[in-house]
Amino acid sequence: MNQAIRSAWAVAMGMFALVLGSLTYVQFFQAQELNDNDWNSRQLYQDFGRQRGAILVDGRAIAESVPSDDQFKFQRVYNEPELYAHLTGYYSLSLSSTQLEAEESEILSGTSSSLFYDRVVRLFSGVDSEGASVELTIDPEIQQLAYDLIPDGQRGSIVVLEPGTGNILAMVSKPTYDPNLLSGHDTSVIAENAAALSEQPGLSIYTNPATESLVSPGSVFKLVDAAAALESGQYDAESQIPNPPALEFPGIEYALPNFVTGGCASRTTADLEFALEQSCNTPFAQIALDLGEEAIQEQAAKFGFGEELAIPTRVIASSFPSDLTGPELAQSAVGQFDTLVTPLQMAMVASAIANDGQQMKPQLIKSIRAADLELIESPQPEVLRQSVSRETADQLTDWMVNVVDNGTATAAQVPGVRVAGKTGTAEVSVTGDNAWFTGFAPAEDPQVAVSIVMENVDIPTGQQLTSPSAKRLIEAVLNR
Amino acid sequence: MSDVLTVPRSRRTIEFVLLLLALAVAIGANYLAGIGREDAFGDYFWSQALTLGVMGLFIHLILRFRAKYADPVILPIVVALNGIGLAMIHRLDLSAATVNPDFSPVAPQQVLWTAVAIGAAAILLIVLRDHRILRRFTYISLIVSAVLLLLPLTPLGLEINGARIWISVGFGTFQPGEIAKITLAIFFAGYLSTNRDLILLAGKKIGPLQLPRFRDLAPMAAAWLVSIGVLIFQRDLGSSILFFGLFMVMIYVATSRVSWVLIGLAMIGVGVFVALELFSHVALRFDSWINAFAPEVYDRAPGGSAQVVQGLFGLANGGLIGTGLGEGRPDLVTYANSDMIIAALGEELGLIGVVAIVMLYVILVSRGIRAALGTKDGFGKLLACGLSFTIALQCFVVIGGITRLIPLTGLTTPFMSAGGSSLLANWLIVALILLISETARRPAPSGPMKDSFPEAVGVNGRPVKRTTKEGTR
Repeated sequence: MNQAIRSAWAVAMGMFALVLGSLTYVQFFQAQELNDNDWNSRQLYQDFGRQRGAILVDGRAIAESVPSDDQFKFQRVYNEPELYAHLTGYYSLSLSSTQLEAEESEILSGTSSSLFYDRVVRLFSGVDSEGASVELTIDPEIQQLAYDLIPDGQRGSIVVLEPGTGNILAMVSKPTYDPNLLSGHDTSVIAENAAALSEQPGLSIYTNPATESLVSPGSVFKLVDAAAALESGQYDAESQIPNPPALEFPGIEYALPNFVTGGCASRTTADLEFALEQSCNTPFAQIALDLGEEAIQEQAAKFGFGEELAIPTRVIASSFPSDLTGPELAQSAVGQFDTLVTPLQMAMVASAIANDGQQMKPQLIKSIRAADLELIESPQPEVLRQSVSRETADQLTDWMVNVVDNGTATAAQVPGVRVAGKTGTAEVSVTGDNAWFTGFAPAEDPQVAVSIVMENVDIPTGQQLTSPSAKRLIEAVLNR
Repeated sequence: MSDVLTVPRSRRTIEFVLLLLALAVAIGANYLAGIGREDAFGDYFWSQALTLGVMGLFIHLILRFRAKYADPVILPIVVALNGIGLAMIHRLDLSAATVNPDFSPVAPQQVLWTAVAIGAAAILLIVLRDHRILRRFTYISLIVSAVLLLLPLTPLGLEINGARIWISVGFGTFQPGEIAKITLAIFFAGYLSTNRDLILLAGKKIGPLQLPRFRDLAPMAAAWLVSIGVLIFQRDLGSSILFFGLFMVMIYVATSRVSWVLIGLAMIGVGVFVALELFSHVALRFDSWINAFAPEVYDRAPGGSAQVVQGLFGLANGGLIGTGLGEGRPDLVTYANSDMIIAALGEELGLIGVVAIVMLYVILVSRGIRAALGTKDGFGKLLACGLSFTIALQCFVVIGGITRLIPLTGLTTPFMSAGGSSLLANWLIVALILLISETARRPAPSGPMKDSFPEAVGVNGRPVKRTTKEGTR
């Protein structure tokens, strides 16, 4: 009988071995696949059952989780929702989350590996796990001012940076929305609200226009041309460049004109200072044709074109086109055709020039703190690259100051402060243009770089909404 | 018959130390489950700790005085399993209460059942003293089994979720089939140990197979009928498999004939085929096993695969190290505290934790089999082996079903799932195995007999009461 009992034992052990094998298969080898399954609502329940960390601006929560009494323990709430919508994004049950809520999700939910020790302590002390909070570099007053400077109903973006650190002081876009509409716990209400928001002209709830929409830069791109010209060594402050009213191309009908009502018509040749001051098209088109497409492209890349960034939210790559014909290159060089930039990219160009040619990485996050307020991380200023030499930067600064003092951006003048700037008008449609201003101040010790774009406006309105706004933003930063 | 040499030491002190360890694990798990969600040292914490502690020590003391050579590992393992189960049931109560404030908790009732079950095991240990007495009740056990199995079909019976295996007993429900598992084991052990020689020697031999005589097939036919009857009338696939597995292993151990196992497997094959053809619920189970991830199968009602798929999600969420007790969402799985408790444990304790639990079962079953090897009487061998094998089979059916190794059937995980009858039955099984292990490990007395009936000395020089019919071989 004992032999049979041993066999029975062997069968029992065989069954246990099978069971251990299948447990290992499910919990180890198949786990990832199962966790990613669409029917698996566990992650969602887990995330929404956790006290997610706050997003803070100057110590005040602009996004926080408050206790709720439904099937989820917490409700995400956005304070001043419209002002910060494009930065926070939303944290939604049925739509995937966006912007900081998405990019910093591991930190906010407390699952980041940098918070491992914190989690272990909580597991054994029985305290509910709580996410870390994220403090932004945003200055709430500047943010509010920038927000007020874009009229309701106007599509536009404003970015304000500290050139020396890359810290973003303000980043606003309109039209905006209320992320609270998408963060409830009733999925049918969320779907309804999302559908209603998608009807709003010019609004995308998924993207931050300041970092994820590409617009034609128009004449502000001439800063890149001027930098390329100086860096090439073939041009200097004395170089005289032909300034015809229109640049003609042999064999075809097209001609690239100078702006009709501007001061360009007063000279047939121009130096770079004058060309920038009056924003003449033909000299810059001429420079681009002389230096070639690659030289412009290279200089653009040195300013950060062609590269995505995570600040930590996504910044899409601005682009300068390639394989161009002569007329296309001429147009691209004055910020038309397929030259496309994000509003943040132009702020980065201005701040690189302001910072002696050294470009700092834009930074939205000041610090990350665990739930017990212990500092987990505080990002240090990071140099991206040397965009232009110090001499080139100084020269460009002088010319930009001249633009504000005597040229197209006189409305940006601030009494007692040397403001450097450049305006732009990109023709985008029959109904209107993109009006730009980008610049920085004070010229000798830059504290603030500004990039403003108002989309699809007529020329007088565009001028009203750019340079004067820059003046107010620069004053506000310098007086804080 | 016995060829296992055991060292004649009582090992009760080791049992005590292991018991303390088991209590630390069980009570610690309960503490972690409750912490942060309620007063960590609330009423439930103390009732779980005290019930397990007092009752566990009570059994330990009984063994110390009445069965001092019983296996020292079995009791601590069972206390640990019981305690971890209570902790998980409590933890699931807390989740359910946050969603539905009117929810009446399951865990306090399970603690009560634990006390009842351990109490019953204690009574069995004290009253029975020697398992061989049960052999006298061979045919009474058969009748009791029949009554227990038929009870749910009487007006007393209740149908829950399509299965008719419960009866209402005033304060709650009871599954008589769980107790029938024991009485049937006793019947088969008694019948087979008595008629074993007859069954072995009679019958034609065809090729390598020694075929049994038709009349000797009677118990196997009875077993088959019981299993199929449970399946047809009570719609309980799990119990049906369990009964049949029990019979198969006992017949095999009694005869050492593979031919019997083959005949048995053929019969169960026919049974499964018929069940698949005739009963939609069995066919649906099969379909939701094979096509668990097909959308039309997932949401189907009844017989959808949502339960097993949610269980798999839970296991996957636990991964290697688990979410930690109270940190996962095992409450998303239906029947998380009974049929699916392994999924809940796998989620919160991780692969590491659930493997540790399975290893406890492995040791428990091995210890039971060791008792079967060690004891000298055929009845005890069959009983210990059959009951131990049942625990292994039950684990296999439950965990295999949850991990989608085999189709999911509704069975409890021994000692852990919420459910009083299962807990009671399993504690009684433990009491029986403890008694058998005692006879297996007890040293043959040497020196002068202490017994006052010197003429009643049995074979092997062991004192046996005259009234016992049992004869050692």
